[in-house]
Amino acid sequence: MMSDSTTILEARNIRVERGGTVLLNIPSLSIEEGEILALIGPNGAGKTTFLQTLSYLLKPFRGEIFFGGEKVETHVSVLEYRRKLAMVFQYPLLFDTTVFNNVASGLRIRGMKKKEIDDRVMENLKRFGIPHLSHRSAKTLSGGEAQRASLARAFAIQPEILLLDEPFASLDPPTRDSLIEDLERILSQTRTTAIFATHDRLEALNLSDRVAVMNNGMIQQIGSPEEVMNHPIDEFVASFVGVETILTGKVIRKHGGTFVASISGKEIEAVGEVYLDETVILCIRPENVTLSTQPRPEATSARNVFVGRILKIAPLGPYQKVHLDCGFPLVAYVTRHSVEELSLIEGNEVGASFKATGITVIRK
Amino acid sequence: MDLIFEGIKKAFWLLVTFDPEVFRITFLSLQVSGTATLVSLLIGVSTGTAIALSQFPGKRFMVSLVNTGMGLPPVVVGLFVTIFLWRNGPLGFLGILYTPTAMILAQAVIATPIVMGITLAAIQQLPKKLRLQILALGATRLQMVWILMKEAKLPLLAAVMAGFGGVISEVGASIMVGGNIKGYSRVLTTATVMETSRGNFEIAIALGIILLLLAFSINFIITQIQQRERTR
Amino acid sequence: MRPILLFVFTMIVLLSAPGMNTVQARQKNIILATTTSTQDSGLLDVLLPIFEKKTGYFVKTIAVGSGQAMAMGQKGEADVLLVHSPEAEKKFIAEGYGINRRLVMHNDYIIVGPSGDPVKIKAVKFTLEAFKKIASEKGLFVSRGDNSGTHSKEREIWKAAGISPEGEKWYQQTGLGMGQTLNITAEKKGYTLADRGTYLALKKNLGLDILVEGDAILLNIYHVIEVNPAKWPKANTAGVKAFTDFMVSKETQAIIKTFGVEKFGSPLFFPDAGKKEEKLGK
Repeated sequence: MMSDSTTILEARNIRVERGGTVLLNIPSLSIEEGEILALIGPNGAGKTTFLQTLSYLLKPFRGEIFFGGEKVETHVSVLEYRRKLAMVFQYPLLFDTTVFNNVASGLRIRGMKKKEIDDRVMENLKRFGIPHLSHRSAKTLSGGEAQRASLARAFAIQPEILLLDEPFASLDPPTRDSLIEDLERILSQTRTTAIFATHDRLEALNLSDRVAVMNNGMIQQIGSPEEVMNHPIDEFVASFVGVETILTGKVIRKHGGTFVASISGKEIEAVGEVYLDETVILCIRPENVTLSTQPRPEATSARNVFVGRILKIAPLGPYQKVHLDCGFPLVAYVTRHSVEELSLIEGNEVGASFKATGITVIRK
Repeated sequence: MDLIFEGIKKAFWLLVTFDPEVFRITFLSLQVSGTATLVSLLIGVSTGTAIALSQFPGKRFMVSLVNTGMGLPPVVVGLFVTIFLWRNGPLGFLGILYTPTAMILAQAVIATPIVMGITLAAIQQLPKKLRLQILALGATRLQMVWILMKEAKLPLLAAVMAGFGGVISEVGASIMVGGNIKGYSRVLTTATVMETSRGNFEIAIALGIILLLLAFSINFIITQIQQRERTR
Repeated sequence: MRPILLFVFTMIVLLSAPGMNTVQARQKNIILATTTSTQDSGLLDVLLPIFEKKTGYFVKTIAVGSGQAMAMGQKGEADVLLVHSPEAEKKFIAEGYGINRRLVMHNDYIIVGPSGDPVKIKAVKFTLEAFKKIASEKGLFVSRGDNSGTHSKEREIWKAAGISPEGEKWYQQTGLGMGQTLNITAEKKGYTLADRGTYLALKKNLGLDILVEGDAILLNIYHVIEVNPAKWPKANTAGVKAFTDFMVSKETQAIIKTFGVEKFGSPLFFPDAGKKEEKLGK
């Protein structure tokens, strides 16, 4: 546990149960001041429940929350605590009035003076590029405009912690991208501590300093984006952060820091401290797999070289996703250009290689 | 047809000459029904909101009870209010039977479930997360309720109209608890009934027309406000 | 929110207006339970302002049938009764619910029906015979059916004629006041028993004619009765005394005598204060 003086928020032994089912179980989590933490995980993983519990919107729950080292409810009242936070939901949830009044609402709730409110509202409308919408009715806004107003409303109260619950999930991609860009800029300008939930791992990578992967109400892994992406601690995290090939095998040989595992009769070399005969899980990211037309590409530095039959080629954004059968299933990403150059056709054979160091090993 | 024409002429005449009796009756109608509506708003809106926002066992039952109450027959209300207000009844010590106060009471009993029911529906129909959003903005519980009511203001205005419309046009309870006493508890509806049984159809029709005009103008004003809110 | 505040403000202004002083001194109020005919004829509208001005009491008139008026007296919900149902009144006094029953006035009942007179009762002249004829020829008869004075008079006549009309197809009960019952009778072109005062007041729109009148049994006698203060201490004894005295006073009786002459050409009621009930109509 971090006892750093910059810890702004700390949750201990948080547990939410409804009707005998455990919805949330977080033994411990600390948030540093100025940090941006992404909560990622599939729908139903408990991200929303966690955010609402952290903001005392979901009751009852068990556990303790410390804000700036002071225990909420005991040393800080819930209202006082809540007024240090702001929350943005997936849907903008604007009030049926003008944009200005919406952005001002949090300030009015706090009984701020009119002059200050006017300044603060305009500042934040400008920040989100919507000062021209000030007098428009919230009902007439587009989805992107409304979410900008909603974010401006949250930033207007100058929260010490900003909680965002899938704020971009219902926006179309171009709108989303420009909003993410703006939010990233504003977050770093204002140095606001933020926790945001998303099921989009790219969004998480873009915005966060740390990523927490959630499943079944628990945090499976927490760490820097690189750490989580490259060293998932289990199959779930691996598949969630985008590892397409997950293979289970047995260690048959080892020497030095490397070992060879047998997977359906094929031998794959990987790096890691393991025991002989141990069952291991090997995770291979699709971007780490190289394809070539030579059936036996001896000239590669990769230790793992196989011949695979192309099962399927499917487009995936700028890439093509190629499913191979190498005696075990393997997925690779290649560019469109490579597909043409290598004349990849379903049913054909192709050479596939990946480095031993590019494999993430998970010990059972 | 002649009779209706005569009635319209009479209504016009009574209005332009400011007939003091008609004026008093009209004013009392407004006072009694207006106060009753106000009372029903205070009780109905607060209770309706409270029911809508809280979770408790038997809530569904409570809601259907309120919805049934929206159609409470005025005469039944009149009967029970009369029985309670009898000198020797449970509330007899108040000594308000056959007074405008009793009429206000009965009309408030009629209008309250109407206002409550509409309020309940209006608040419940707001997105559930809106409450969380308001709390997340740092609102106290009271501030949250106030903001929710503002969000539901259009249906709440409809509640005002429905409540007022329900009681200004009501006769059964008013005549039972008010007694239709001349110059004291006589309102437009009870006077219309009496003039009809007296055979003074022109006056009855005239009073009916004044009642319609009154109900119309009040609803017109509220509708104006409502429409303005909507287009803003 | 401003419009709602405006509404509230308007209501407060309205409510603070004068005329709502509902909390009148209790001892200044008298509840008079009376029959619809005294109110519908307009007599009380003439008499009560005089009484109120003279004595300072405030009379709350509750116009219901005589039967309900006595029921209110029985429960102590009225202070004084002005009713016209002698048989029931005597029972009311005998059971100790009322005291000081005093004769005020009378008028008479009439049998009215459509001008065509389908079962020809006009020729019969006598009440009992007319009722018998209506029954035997199944002419439509519309009854008040509301335990009012008129209704009990009607029942008295059926009983005297030896007929029980209840449940017969030609016998319909409205359960309404005299005015409404007359309107229904006119619409259905039936017969009914009515008090002369209400009939005269409504005559012009009805199209019903007087077919039988002047029979001794058709006498309609109004008494004023004080609700027994011994039984109901909440009754306004002094006010009641003042009211009953007023009703039988010379001045009031003189007003009753001329009431309606101007409008209908004949009086609606005949003052009888101080007379003996048995002597009336003879």
